[in-house]
Amino acid sequence: MTEISDFLSNSTSFGLCISLVCFWLAEIIQKKTKFVLFAPLLVSCTFIIIFLVVLKIPYEKYLAGAQFLYYLMTPCTVALAIPLYRQFSKLKENAAAIVLGILGGILANAFFIFGMCYFFKISNAEYVSLLPKSITTPIAIALTNQNGGVESVTILMVSIAGNMANIFGIIFCRLFKITEPVACGVACGTTGHAMGTAKAFEMGEVQGAMSGLSIAVCGLLTVVVMPFFVKLI
Amino acid sequence: MKFVKQFTILVLTCFIGEILHALIPLPVPASIYGLVLMFAALQSKIMPLSAVDQAADAILSIMPLLFIPSTVGLILAWDILKAHWLQFLIIGIVGSTLVFFVTGHVTQLVIRIMKKGKKND
Repeated sequence: MTEISDFLSNSTSFGLCISLVCFWLAEIIQKKTKFVLFAPLLVSCTFIIIFLVVLKIPYEKYLAGAQFLYYLMTPCTVALAIPLYRQFSKLKENAAAIVLGILGGILANAFFIFGMCYFFKISNAEYVSLLPKSITTPIAIALTNQNGGVESVTILMVSIAGNMANIFGIIFCRLFKITEPVACGVACGTTGHAMGTAKAFEMGEVQGAMSGLSIAVCGLLTVVVMPFFVKLI
Repeated sequence: MKFVKQFTILVLTCFIGEILHALIPLPVPASIYGLVLMFAALQSKIMPLSAVDQAADAILSIMPLLFIPSTVGLILAWDILKAHWLQFLIIGIVGSTLVFFVTGHVTQLVIRIMKKGKKND
């Protein structure tokens, strides 16, 4: 057993390989079962975590192979400019609606978190770490550190928000009767940053482009709005 | 060769974004500067869409995969999170649902009001 985990820990391809295999398996499971909670991202990460814990492989060793995927996050965000450019006429036409919608989402998020933290008696350090939960990880972490929060709480919350939008994006649109493609995209991106955007692209290019745009707008507007909320608890 | 050129442009934009992030003291990540730059270059016709579209579409098509390493990384934080994990989970789930609802409906409402306004003109 230790020999196997030693070998895997030192393998250069292991991290990337297990990530791809688990994601592929998770996609097959989703296709076969059609059960919404079996979202490929959630299922594949669960598989990988179980595998790492059982074989006692440290996360750093896994990351050594998987960081190729991690690196691609930045070029992927930059690549969002392309669908945005293709859909620019839709953006211009609906600019006011998009900005107001995102602002509404940011305020709803901030008031809700303030209310919950007040109710659960959560400390200020954790409160400020919860606030940036629906924005893209790099901006969220920067804001948390700036306000003396706990980084890992923010990463957890950003990941929950992303998974929520990723798993339920299409279902929420149907359930809440959000039918305008632009509104679907903006809701996905404002709730679940890039993970929500991945889902929005499944709905169509307009939705994907608007969701991608919302990552940037929501992130930047949150930077402006957050100072008004950090001192409340 | 086409892919070499396309990925070079994409990665170069990321790199310029990193330089801007280092120079400008704002909590804006390099990737967002890159996104804005790329968009500006396309919009101003400095660069044609055909110079980056294939690389961009390829990378966008594997987007969900890219979140795996950071999500798995949550196992490192378990000791800090275990005290309040249930509260965090509830806040995350209910909060995200609320944000989705509000954002979607405000956007949709304004779009519909503007459409009606145009019809009446």
